[in-house]
Amino acid sequence: MRLTQGTFSFLPDLTDEQIRAQVEYCLAKGWAVAIEYTDDPHPRNAYWEMFGLPMFDVRDAAGVMTELRACRNTFPEHYIKVNAFDSTHGRESLRLSFIVGRPSREPGFRLERQESAGRRIRYTTHSYAVDRPEGERY
Amino acid sequence: MSALRDHMPGIDGGTPSLDLGAAFRDSHVAEVLDELDRELVGLVPVKSRIRDIASLLLVDRLRRDLGLNAGAPSLHMSFTGNPGTGKTTVALRMAQILHRLGYVRKGQLTAVTRDDLVGQYIGHTAPKTREVLKRAMGGVLFIDEAYYLYRPENERDYGQESIEILLQVMENQREDLVVILAGYKDRMDTFFRSNPGLSSRIAHHIEFPDYSADELLAISRLMLERLQYRFSPAAEPLFREYLERRMARPHFANARSVRNALDRARLRQASRLLGGSDAVSREDLMTLDVDDIKASRLFREAAPRLTGEKQ
Repeated sequence: MRLTQGTFSFLPDLTDEQIRAQVEYCLAKGWAVAIEYTDDPHPRNAYWEMFGLPMFDVRDAAGVMTELRACRNTFPEHYIKVNAFDSTHGRESLRLSFIVGRPSREPGFRLERQESAGRRIRYTTHSYAVDRPEGERY
Repeated sequence: MSALRDHMPGIDGGTPSLDLGAAFRDSHVAEVLDELDRELVGLVPVKSRIRDIASLLLVDRLRRDLGLNAGAPSLHMSFTGNPGTGKTTVALRMAQILHRLGYVRKGQLTAVTRDDLVGQYIGHTAPKTREVLKRAMGGVLFIDEAYYLYRPENERDYGQESIEILLQVMENQREDLVVILAGYKDRMDTFFRSNPGLSSRIAHHIEFPDYSADELLAISRLMLERLQYRFSPAAEPLFREYLERRMARPHFANARSVRNALDRARLRQASRLLGGSDAVSREDLMTLDVDDIKASRLFREAAPRLTGEKQ
């Protein structure tokens, strides 16, 4: 099951040229770009691992692309995303976030039903991948 | 190859003549070069090299328009020369020039020294160097006193690691950044001898010549103009004489010595004005007079040397 999270998630995966253009746009807006990765892509997992520091003083997309290449080499079978953080006063939050790398096989999620008091049913999603320990999931 | 052949008929057949002059005017190369001529005194080899680079970039652009192969030329440079010959000044200007010529995309200058590149413990150097390289991309990376990167006396020095990463990026990401190494001539030569890989990846080895007395005088005039000062008519020839005396002395650092001399003259001028009458004109505040220069140690020393006294 193909993971769809963040911006552009229903488009085909962006090519490197397209990623570079998006990053260039972010930098032109003055946003700080950061790269994150994870092997626990649960939709409610907001805390992915950071790859290096947020690139606050990078001026050109080439710097970000170098970092992205390094991240892909280190974690070829992880999910990788690019975040753009807007530090202007009153905003101070992410403006753009999109997936730029995914594992070759994505097992997806199953729906779990839990019966609780009064025959009520609680639903939760469970990622097949996280049944295995961290680092061996994909 | 086939792509190349596809373009050939267009070149062989009705050769469209291009207006090189118009292209030259459209690009702002002329302005850049004029500005350089105006603001930097002397430095003929440096200027002619910049002119060559500018022409090449322009011709490359025209070639690309015609579909001819125009690979990005390697523009890594090394600046060598004596202290105060303008290496740092030109490097600062270089980022701006290359940006206006359209060679680098952003045109920021990242000036670093050994401390910014080399770490203090194992595993610290590579991330540090990469961080700097990332910041410099799209612009110019200026490494001042580059020979400090390599310390042959310590075989476990981390500088070598930094040089290796630098080499890799200089080779593989030529279109992303321009590296300029600067330093004193003799020490840079030793540095390049021990790192032949680095030397061969630098296309432009530019030597900064020492300034002549006339050039130094022109520089001092420019410096004063920028500070809104000027010499009195009598002071200027005297300052030239001062320069000639200073040039003969050890530790002469070209334009830097001139700047220091002018700063001292400004100090003396201030004291002179305070010691004088209460009323000063705008003219007085702007003018460096004979006394301000005459008071220099160099002029005082001439007399004792004649009489054989100790200073």
